[in-house]
Amino acid sequence: MAERALEWEYEIEGKDFRNAGKVSSKVKEIMKELGFDPDFVRGVAIASYEAEMNVVCHAEKGTLQFAILPEGLKIVVKDRGPGIPDINLAMQEGYSTASLEIREMGFGAGMGLPNMKKNTDELNIVSTVGEGTVVEMLIRSPRFRQGS
Amino acid sequence: MQLWEIKGILEAEVLWEPVDLQLEIETAEAADLMSDVLTQSIGGELLVTGLINSHVIRTAEMVDIKAITFIHGKKPDEKTIALAKQKGIPLLTTKLFLFEACARLAMRGLTGSSGTIW
Repeated sequence: MAERALEWEYEIEGKDFRNAGKVSSKVKEIMKELGFDPDFVRGVAIASYEAEMNVVCHAEKGTLQFAILPEGLKIVVKDRGPGIPDINLAMQEGYSTASLEIREMGFGAGMGLPNMKKNTDELNIVSTVGEGTVVEMLIRSPRFRQGS
Repeated sequence: MQLWEIKGILEAEVLWEPVDLQLEIETAEAADLMSDVLTQSIGGELLVTGLINSHVIRTAEMVDIKAITFIHGKKPDEKTIALAKQKGIPLLTTKLFLFEACARLAMRGLTGSSGTIW
């Protein structure tokens, strides 16, 4: 394919609550500048922010990569952290291992992963306990959803 | 409804200026749980909340909340206000409690994200 994918990568620091959300803010900014549909941008921003907050809340550190592909937008969030022992359980609405500190900030309601699923077309999670987690999300562009 | 009307109904103070008081807002959402805002918001609402940390601004930014009102006369710190200003999200603070603030807004015609309050 002649088209080259547009790709970005950002680092996310665990427990850095003051800067939490900066990366997703950047993702949203870039997509707005590139002229994507506002509803599409909103869905991407929500999925990205939920994934970023998961790294900040639970992991030591991580990266968020996002790439604009012909069929849509792909976000890959990798972290070094405790991992998720039971992904099916973590996908259940309301299930959370968040600390009191995180809950006091308005998060940790156990809605993060379900909300990522809601706002994406494909969500794949691979996690190794004691090592970390990789979350891959694909959000198809509205054109591809209608055309399918 | 425009933002200046909301400011009047809630007897609220604007936390950074200048803001566009003619900003049109038709729906509101009340939550202290940002997880709820992230899952329930439809975008374009006024967020009424008792939480004043920077995540409120970030969450509002992600879901396209148009303006935020803090209750109980709460005010976020300067950095959080500066973040809202940078993102162009007007901030108000009212001395009313959550229920009173929501009741006043509903009586004057704001609806929930479902488009109705009944």
